[in-house]
Amino acid sequence: MTKFQFPESIRSRPVYGTLEPRPGKAHLMIADAEGAEALLDLATREARLFAQGHIIYIPKTTGETYTQRLRDLGPAQFHVGPTYEASVPRIRRVLSDAHMGLQVYLAGTEGLMGQAQNEAMQAGIPHSAIQTEHRGSVARRMQCVHCKGITEDVVTDPFVCSHCGLNLFVRDHYSRRLAAFQGVCIDAEDPGNLPDPVELYT
Amino acid sequence: MSAAPQKARAGAEKIDVIVSAVVPLNELVTRFEFTRADDKAFPPFSAGAHTVVEMRDGDRLRLNPYSLMSDPADSSQYAISVRRDDAGRGGSLFMHRSVKVGDRMKISYPVNLFPLDLRGRKHVFLAGGIGITPFMAMIAHLERMGGAWELHYACRNEALGTYVDQLTSRYPNKVHVYFDDRNQAIALEDLLDGQPLGTHVYVCGPKGMIDWVHATAAAHGWPDENVHSEEFLAPQPGKPFEVRLCRSDITIQVGESESLLEAMERCGVDAPFLCRGGACGQCETDVIEADGTFVHRDHWLDDEDHTSGKKIMPCVSRFVGKSLVLDR
Repeated sequence: MTKFQFPESIRSRPVYGTLEPRPGKAHLMIADAEGAEALLDLATREARLFAQGHIIYIPKTTGETYTQRLRDLGPAQFHVGPTYEASVPRIRRVLSDAHMGLQVYLAGTEGLMGQAQNEAMQAGIPHSAIQTEHRGSVARRMQCVHCKGITEDVVTDPFVCSHCGLNLFVRDHYSRRLAAFQGVCIDAEDPGNLPDPVELYT
Repeated sequence: MSAAPQKARAGAEKIDVIVSAVVPLNELVTRFEFTRADDKAFPPFSAGAHTVVEMRDGDRLRLNPYSLMSDPADSSQYAISVRRDDAGRGGSLFMHRSVKVGDRMKISYPVNLFPLDLRGRKHVFLAGGIGITPFMAMIAHLERMGGAWELHYACRNEALGTYVDQLTSRYPNKVHVYFDDRNQAIALEDLLDGQPLGTHVYVCGPKGMIDWVHATAAAHGWPDENVHSEEFLAPQPGKPFEVRLCRSDITIQVGESESLLEAMERCGVDAPFLCRGGACGQCETDVIEADGTFVHRDHWLDDEDHTSGKKIMPCVSRFVGKSLVLDR
């Protein structure tokens, strides 16, 4: 199962929807791993979108599972990247060449959607006009509020900051600017006294 | 409901002004310039704001909203341009016929329901007729900031092209004028096509034009957030009706040529308002009981609210039927 229903939380926590076809002059689709399934579902609703579509896909651990099926959707452009970071120059170039009427569809992990949404916002698209659909891992991109370092793909709470080594509590408090959740030191008053890490949403 | 601070009286605070100039621009449009009676600086306003002008027309008090069209950076004066509507309810006729240089008037603090979205990379203005007024202030603001803009301005004919000469001579490369009598029309689809990402479009003009721009932009994949519009509705006359205001504990009669809001004010009820044109939402009123049909004319309530029969905007909407009880 790649769909996960996040429990209701504080207002700051992003809420994801289901990708729907929208009228537009061009369609930019950015997905990672199981996010491919959201694009395949979108194609069952409106396959014609893909003729004006540009798919940027980062398979992560899914390898070749989805790439051929995505290619078969017949997008005008199809790019498979090794990592999100490696795809950023391409995403920026696509956005800088784009015009009004571009629709943006993001699918997959929260880290990918948050960062790609940030790129689209900086290019002038209001965040509320960017569609998102969560699929796959519930891993989070976390910012340590103490050293400001980012730790990618956090799956346990608490976790150890990959930059400064503090034990961090995983909050739902989210920053759209950083595309990251906030991690706060959990054992500041009594260093070393911390609960056992548990997997997120278990 | 708005989170506006509670005030002693409804509407925005008032400023005492003196009419400093009355400048006829063409057969239908006249500019009125105001200075403050106390010689202080006017409060700053953001481009797109309007003021509600109080008119003492005999024993009748008229309150009409007009867009501020002077330069927002000029705190020594406010200016509005008023199109005379001979078939209207008389506010614009009063301005044209009775307001003279040196008159003392009251106008409200500016209220902005049509602001520029300054995150925009580029601003495209679409004006129809007297809808040019808010754009005069927006253009002055963006010129000072070095913002990117272009104006597409549709007028009936050259003689009624308010500010056309001024605009085309100052900004020959940014202003595009279309005259109906020469069968010129804004090529909206071509215009929307190819605008850079982050462009915002603003439309002010007749309802048909506003609906056309919203629908065309949506069909071209423009987010709603990037399409802005303003249309002040004038209350339309209708059959007189009776309303019970249960909080004030009175029953009032709404005359043929006055709005429900005006009738409440005439009877001494201090009802909230800001725009008086069905746009701002300030006067939204709950319906307690109704036996009849609502004539909703506002842009504020959604279709669901309109059909529910639980809410009414007294500034522009009316009622036909046996009895109406409002929570006011």
